[in-house]
Amino acid sequence: MAKIKLPATPSNPLSSPKRPGKKYGPSGVMGHAGEAGVTAVDWIDERTSLSGGLRWAMFRKVPKGTNWFYTLGSATMFAFLSQAVTGVFLAMYYDPSATRAYESIQYINNDVFLGEFVHGMHRWGSSVMVILIFLHMGRTFFFGAYKYPRELNWVIGVALLVMTMTMSFSGYLLPFDQRSYWATIVGVNINGTGPLVGPYLSEFLRAGPYFGATTLSRFYAIHMLMVPGAIAALMGFHLYLVAKLGTTAPPWIKAKPPEELREEKVTVDP
Amino acid sequence: MNKEQKEQYLRDYGTLKSQGKPFFPYAVAKDSAMAIVVMAVIIAMSIVLGAELGPKADPTSTTYTPRPEWYFFFLFELLRVIKPPALVPLATIGVPTICLILLFLLPFYDRGPERRPERRPIATTAGIFVVCAIGYLTYLGAAAGPPTQIDIPVPANVSSQGPEAVANFEAGSQVVAQSGCAACHKFGENGNSGPGPSLTKIGARLPAQAIQRTLLNPSAPMPSFSALSEESPTQFAQMVGFLAALK
Repeated sequence: MAKIKLPATPSNPLSSPKRPGKKYGPSGVMGHAGEAGVTAVDWIDERTSLSGGLRWAMFRKVPKGTNWFYTLGSATMFAFLSQAVTGVFLAMYYDPSATRAYESIQYINNDVFLGEFVHGMHRWGSSVMVILIFLHMGRTFFFGAYKYPRELNWVIGVALLVMTMTMSFSGYLLPFDQRSYWATIVGVNINGTGPLVGPYLSEFLRAGPYFGATTLSRFYAIHMLMVPGAIAALMGFHLYLVAKLGTTAPPWIKAKPPEELREEKVTVDP
Repeated sequence: MNKEQKEQYLRDYGTLKSQGKPFFPYAVAKDSAMAIVVMAVIIAMSIVLGAELGPKADPTSTTYTPRPEWYFFFLFELLRVIKPPALVPLATIGVPTICLILLFLLPFYDRGPERRPERRPIATTAGIFVVCAIGYLTYLGAAAGPPTQIDIPVPANVSSQGPEAVANFEAGSQVVAQSGCAACHKFGENGNSGPGPSLTKIGARLPAQAIQRTLLNPSAPMPSFSALSEESPTQFAQMVGFLAALK
């Protein structure tokens, strides 16, 4: 049976149309100046169509009952951002050469304005990020949030965990003091005991069969270019999937369909 | 989950979602509050704990203790728990790799529809067990100090060789202690029992030559002492002599 098409409703039935001859939009210099922000956003949106995606991500609904446990993921991301910003400032003064690394950190600690403070934020921020990522994973595990349809997001999350641990392993060497040097030697040796890829992996990390001058710059490149780039990319995908599939509801919350959608019980008289 | 259960889940989730609140501003407000807490904690830690720098890295030095960052303690402690040398690769790479693969594939073997922790006894028990195991191993790692002192009575066969042998033995004991060997090896009552084998009676098991070879070309994860043998052959010889005298 063909359906009759309804006429489209007017977009805003309450506002009356302008009188003929009157111009649409703001008038006068002040009027245009007041609209400058809107105009600029419109200009960008006309060329990028970003507003739809933004609206989709920001105004999606979050289920009832989500509690403070659900902020752990974004807190981890925030710790990563803090690491990125403090890391950029440290990179301005750090020199990844075996002869100069220790001195450049000393310079950061003793001479640079707020140098030790930013260095400390970066150092302890790594602990905070590791704790947060484990708590976030624990929440996901115990709430069963990795189940259908969010399996892929769990896999990406585990990859992010591994990368976070790689970050802290590669960053540990950079101050180049006794502790970091010897701990890294043992760590690289441990990698070398792995089956098949182990020896190649530790040779790659050391940039050769022995711990040498290029080892430090290799760790530096891994720590500030390779892994952070991968983390940022995977984090973006992780967030996209969260927005796409929605935040999980706590497992003990029962879905109650709204009153008007509930099926009526029809009783038929015999 | 079969198809019916999947559809049921999506239906229930859709209902819950439609009854929820928009992400902005409600969830964003909570996330921002949490971000402020995180920032405050990081700043407080930086101010209170600082960013002290140890002495400069020195490949030839004999005073070091290989100690990872605290959140790697549980991996490091695994080496102590799994002792037999034949199983070391299992501890270093085997167990972590298996755990990691299990972690990656979790949603593919745990496919039940139930999400409430109290109705998933196996998953919840396993999760609590892993949390406790990691916590316990981290505690062990934190408690296992890096001893830098070794008190071992001079063996009779050394003291019978005269005061020079005794002095050499004690100098060697000091080199071994400062080199952090006790972080991974046991010397009588001193040191940690693992990841390395006990060296209390190493002289009875290996001749001095073999000990020297092992020090220069150790099997991982032990670091090599070839730098020490080049920089300071006397100290290296004292180290070998001390170890060979442990009978």
